[in-house]
Amino acid sequence: MKVTYYPGCSLHGMGKEYDQSMKAVSRALNIELKEVDDWSCCGASAAHNTNFDLSVALPARNLIAAEKDAMDVMVPCAACFNRFKMAEHHLKADKDLKARIEGVLGAKYQGGIAIRNPIDVIYNEIGMDALAAKVVKPMTGLKPVSYYGCLLLRPPEVCQFENYENPFMLDKIMRTIGADVKNWSYKTDCCGGSLSVSKTPIVTNLCDKLMAAAKEAGANCVVTACPMCMANLEMRPSANMKMPVFYFTELISLALGLPGSQETFKTHLTDPQPLLNQLRLV
Amino acid sequence: METFLEEVNKKIHGVPLQACYHCRKCTAGCPAASYMEFNPNKVIKMIQNGQKDRVLSSSTIWLCLSCETCITRCPNQVDIARMMDVLRQMAIEEGRAAKEANVLKFHEAFLSSIKFGGRVHEMLMTVHYKLKSGDLFGDVDIAPSMFLKGKLSLLPPRTKDLKSVRNIFEKTQSK
Repeated sequence: MKVTYYPGCSLHGMGKEYDQSMKAVSRALNIELKEVDDWSCCGASAAHNTNFDLSVALPARNLIAAEKDAMDVMVPCAACFNRFKMAEHHLKADKDLKARIEGVLGAKYQGGIAIRNPIDVIYNEIGMDALAAKVVKPMTGLKPVSYYGCLLLRPPEVCQFENYENPFMLDKIMRTIGADVKNWSYKTDCCGGSLSVSKTPIVTNLCDKLMAAAKEAGANCVVTACPMCMANLEMRPSANMKMPVFYFTELISLALGLPGSQETFKTHLTDPQPLLNQLRLV
Repeated sequence: METFLEEVNKKIHGVPLQACYHCRKCTAGCPAASYMEFNPNKVIKMIQNGQKDRVLSSSTIWLCLSCETCITRCPNQVDIARMMDVLRQMAIEEGRAAKEANVLKFHEAFLSSIKFGGRVHEMLMTVHYKLKSGDLFGDVDIAPSMFLKGKLSLLPPRTKDLKSVRNIFEKTQSK
């Protein structure tokens, strides 16, 4: 399948491991990516915290650019995905707002393309059978908890993600590549990403709580699909609470034996290489 | 004259806050509640009581993480997350000092970065935030290793049609 691809600022910065592995996995699974023309930032938390119209107009600029390609737009970053879905929701629900935002942008918003995250695309479009058929190195010994966080799921009527209190798609993807996924109750709890820099002590407490729960569940790593969660869970837990955190696409890339799949592990802030070495996965 | 409750309801543009029957599910699920001056459901009560000053100058509105757990679990679909956005924006529009000043300064640094290049450049944005907040030493221990690992790029990313992005900022400035 072919989709329009919106990487967003994080995937070209701190979250470049997600961008690199996403592209490698897409190539391997025959998902052709066409980058959104001249995209700009979605506004993230900063826009919706301070100015409602700005928080709709910034993603709308990108949605309108993506509409020109007339394909689903795939948004790997959970924060961008959330802002895109939120803008779509408001633009479709409120005609006055739509007219106002179109006036700001000088362009029409059609609302005709679907906004998708890669967990959904890989699970529902590619399917677990096709994924399983491509696995050359099962992730034996890897015991992740899957961490969905907030932004892919909430609010549920906007994000339209499956089972928003107990989602399973990421768990099934991890099981398909041979990981021993651990069940836990913190799949959708917040890590505090939006206050990571400005209120760090609170965020350390939230991250420690998550890591303690992951350890209690018997996990040896955490898997995420959000660059905010990644940065936060790598940097903010207390030193004795840290454990490796992976983008789910990095592990798919490794399991599929894709070229360059070990490169992204080198730039993690919590080094996952000792764990992968110990399990003989690299 | 419009009451505080009417003003907030109008801006939320959804289920009115009167629908809240204070079951406290929002507060029970809120990951930041224990750090807040007033719990989320108490804020609703205070708005109903017209306590505008106390609400808009509280830490609560700045410590909300926007995780949207409250609206997800509210039995009456009261959009508390949106309410928090509305309250922050009212505080900004009225020129009130944010009780958690650094939270607002971070947002401002982030938005400046978008205005500057159309896309956020993490390093410039962080430097900008540090200068605004005076928090010069937070994360100085992490920064060198990030830089060495190539996680912080030197070259600011750019949207080519920068004018269209800056135009959005100009035209959405609150009147």
